[in-house]
Amino acid sequence: MGLNGGYSGFRILREGLSGNRGWRPAWRDPAPQPAYDFVIVGGGGHGLATAYYLASQFGEASVAVLEKGWIGGGNVGRNTTIIRSNYLLDGNQPFYEFSLKLWEGLEQDFNYNAMVSQRGVYNIFHSDAQRDAYRRRGNAMILHGADAELLDATQLRAECPFLNFDNARLPVMGALVQRRGGTVRHDAVAWGYARGADRRGVDIIQNCEVTGFRIQNGRCTGVETSRGFIAARKVGCAVAGNSSRVMQAAGMRLPIESHVLQAFVSEGLKPIIPGVVTYGGGHFYISQSDKGGLVFGGDIDMYNSYAQRGNLPVIEDVCEGGMTLMPMIGRARMVRMWGGIMDMSMDGSPIIDRTHIDGLYFNGGWCYGGFKATPASGWCFAHLLATDTPHETATAYRMDRFERGFMIDEKGSGAQPNQH
Amino acid sequence: MIIDHPLLGPRDSQEFVLLGDASLLNRPDWQAENAGHAFYEYQYLRDNPAGAHRELWYHEMGDRSWLVVTRDTVTHEVLKVELAADVTSGMASGVAAGRRPK
Repeated sequence: MGLNGGYSGFRILREGLSGNRGWRPAWRDPAPQPAYDFVIVGGGGHGLATAYYLASQFGEASVAVLEKGWIGGGNVGRNTTIIRSNYLLDGNQPFYEFSLKLWEGLEQDFNYNAMVSQRGVYNIFHSDAQRDAYRRRGNAMILHGADAELLDATQLRAECPFLNFDNARLPVMGALVQRRGGTVRHDAVAWGYARGADRRGVDIIQNCEVTGFRIQNGRCTGVETSRGFIAARKVGCAVAGNSSRVMQAAGMRLPIESHVLQAFVSEGLKPIIPGVVTYGGGHFYISQSDKGGLVFGGDIDMYNSYAQRGNLPVIEDVCEGGMTLMPMIGRARMVRMWGGIMDMSMDGSPIIDRTHIDGLYFNGGWCYGGFKATPASGWCFAHLLATDTPHETATAYRMDRFERGFMIDEKGSGAQPNQH
Repeated sequence: MIIDHPLLGPRDSQEFVLLGDASLLNRPDWQAENAGHAFYEYQYLRDNPAGAHRELWYHEMGDRSWLVVTRDTVTHEVLKVELAADVTSGMASGVAAGRRPK
């Protein structure tokens, strides 16, 4: 990459001394070529990461990312920026731990400051039974090579003194902590992957909506777009939130429902919350951004939606959870809230797989765990596209697992997407 | 969202829980040749449309009736509300308001 194009402290110094006239756009704006080896549908975090790893890890030179709007305008810019690998099941934990390891080296790898901050994730428990369950989860994490630590109430009080320890109904008894978990600047993830992919020759084509697939004799030969037909040897779809709509164009019905998940930010406050804190008595999670805003969220709205905005009952529910866990936030004013559309799958776990159509590959069903999965999702999808074999950490994410009876149901709530 | 209950009038959607797509009313024939595959499709696959969506809502904090609500998933507008009992009796007598049988 060299000193000219790369980002570094030296570069900032040099640009500062020369009037900052040397900065260039971080990625090109190319017109689509008539044909590529690989076309990735969807310029979100997962699609851009897929293109980046196709170029950087698998040496593929002919790759395009097609995005109907602008890159990073969907869920990669709408999440609550949490990274962690605290899963229980064999099908999930190695994948998410792979992802967390990629997060740890990401900024050096793609030469972009994504503000990866391993400030720790605290899962609070409130009963003996919940402590047992968290201890089991922690052991599963350790067995898969991740880190986990169980804190009792005294230890937790030293790190998070603001919690409502003596709540009569749901006393805070301790927490399962993953210290390597934390937060990342989510927009920078999209931009970093886009810039890294672009510099390796990937064409990132914005304002290019895929309207259909050209399928001949059971083989996908390219995509119809708002900017004309683009031929491709292989097409990979990474459009979580809209997976059903896009794959419908290939005649597929998916084990997915689209639901809206809301997120909230308060006014900026002085540093008070050390890491990511999740409530065990309801659904509420919170962290504090570097600007000071409390970033928090909770349940999905529970009904199918493509609206990218939710309703008031869930806002009330989320805030009640927050008030129960940490009453101190009651005086903070909420300044922003928004919604994103989730691919809620039938077992709460994602899909990275071939489809029954040759040359057409699918990545989706991320429920509301998609952001932390971004690096591993991209790597594993690139692996599948380039080699036609699943990556070793993603072998369980098969499209047909529901028919074969191999669900990966962390929550054990069955084929009820709004409960995952 | 306000759901205009056929018997009780307009009610807050908070009083209800959502089960899912109203196609769940069309249970496959368990004795059919392809029952295994039909139940897989019934249980796991969804049309998941952006637009009008027929779905089953249960009035848990009300009269405990099951409703078939037609709702726009892009605007959240409730377009039509029927008692599920009326829909299924219509289906049984062949007037089928339900979706295509598999």
